[in-house]
Amino acid sequence: MALLQFNNVGITGMSAAVPKNVVDNYNYTEHFDKESVKEIVDKVGIKERRFTDSDTCSSDLCFAAAEKLISDMNIDKEEIDLLVFVSQTPDYRMPATSVILQDRLGLSKNTAAFDLNLGCSAFVYGLSVVYGLMQTGGFRKALLLDGETRSKVYSPKDRKTAFLFGDGGIAAIIEKDEKFGPSYFSLNSDGSKESYIKIDAGGYRNPSTPETLTEKVVDEHGNVRTDEHGYMKGADVFNFVLLEIPGDIKKTLEYSGSDKADIDYFVFHQANSYMNGYLVKKMKIDPDKVPTSIEHFGNTSSVSIPLTIVSQLKDKLEGRKKILLTGFGVGMSWATSIINVNDCYISDLVEI
Amino acid sequence: MEQKFLDQLKETLEIEDRDIALTDTFRDYDEWDSLALLSVIAMIDEEYDVVIESNNLQKLQTVGDIYNYVTSQK
Repeated sequence: MALLQFNNVGITGMSAAVPKNVVDNYNYTEHFDKESVKEIVDKVGIKERRFTDSDTCSSDLCFAAAEKLISDMNIDKEEIDLLVFVSQTPDYRMPATSVILQDRLGLSKNTAAFDLNLGCSAFVYGLSVVYGLMQTGGFRKALLLDGETRSKVYSPKDRKTAFLFGDGGIAAIIEKDEKFGPSYFSLNSDGSKESYIKIDAGGYRNPSTPETLTEKVVDEHGNVRTDEHGYMKGADVFNFVLLEIPGDIKKTLEYSGSDKADIDYFVFHQANSYMNGYLVKKMKIDPDKVPTSIEHFGNTSSVSIPLTIVSQLKDKLEGRKKILLTGFGVGMSWATSIINVNDCYISDLVEI
Repeated sequence: MEQKFLDQLKETLEIEDRDIALTDTFRDYDEWDSLALLSVIAMIDEEYDVVIESNNLQKLQTVGDIYNYVTSQK
């Protein structure tokens, strides 16, 4: 059972960058009639999203967030010796984007740098990896970068995904300090559900061909995409969340010896408001403890948890707070953590 | 019990202009779409503590089939 405890490691600062370009979801596409667009948008609760232009990558958003954070916190770049980049929309298939970012950010060649390829669960997974490495004592400061350009992944002609996803990038500085105390993680996977959220072609199993780039009608509703677009089986994902997430939160609370009442904020992956609203109701969590950012940024995959912290909790993290984070999605992969933050610095949101 | 289920399903699907019956083929309802499906999954989870996986739901045809599935899982 992947239940982990780390001690005296924590996030000391966070920042986020989003594209300037705001997409009004009600007027996003001409591929569907206004009435059905309104019905979808109201139900998923995503009023607007941010889309990058074709030249901007996840790494560019993370780079902007990292530069802002390093400058705001007045961090000596020489002290950053661990860089982890979390994304499923990297710059290239190789080399790893984290290595390119090491040089771009002007970090030392002694920096350990690698990518972590997971989706909506990846911020929590990434934190666990960084916390574990930091606890060895071999690193001074870690930079965790998490970026996604999901706007480039899905077809605007597939109503099952067209209105959900947005772009963003975050940076977090993680350090050792006794003030943090213990943190707890639960990490999980279920590859039998690999087809719930997937891009079928363009990797090495089904390499890119003219055929995989050809648009086709994929279901009886007339949705159109290519084999290199992402797709999602929404009802299956919803079932998966109902089956796995309340239990994982309960398990992590029990493991940490705490109760729902001890948690100051529950930060859920921002999948859609309907599902998150239902989860909160089902688990009888006080809605005032559940910040949301989905109406402004949509589902930004792994970025949604830290983006919610940066955009919604900026002035609420003074003193010591206990926060529960839960990420769930593509894989299927899901993870929950309970962390302490202590006067965490949050930069103003960067728009590029 | 049956009538309660019918009332709950009717409310979930926001059907206001008519009654529904166990013999109805639910996919033929004008109100039935992928968003309605999520609401039905949530209603069944909330009211009956049953999670109905969509590959099981795909095999069901009538409102009565859903009712029988839910009660068989209790």
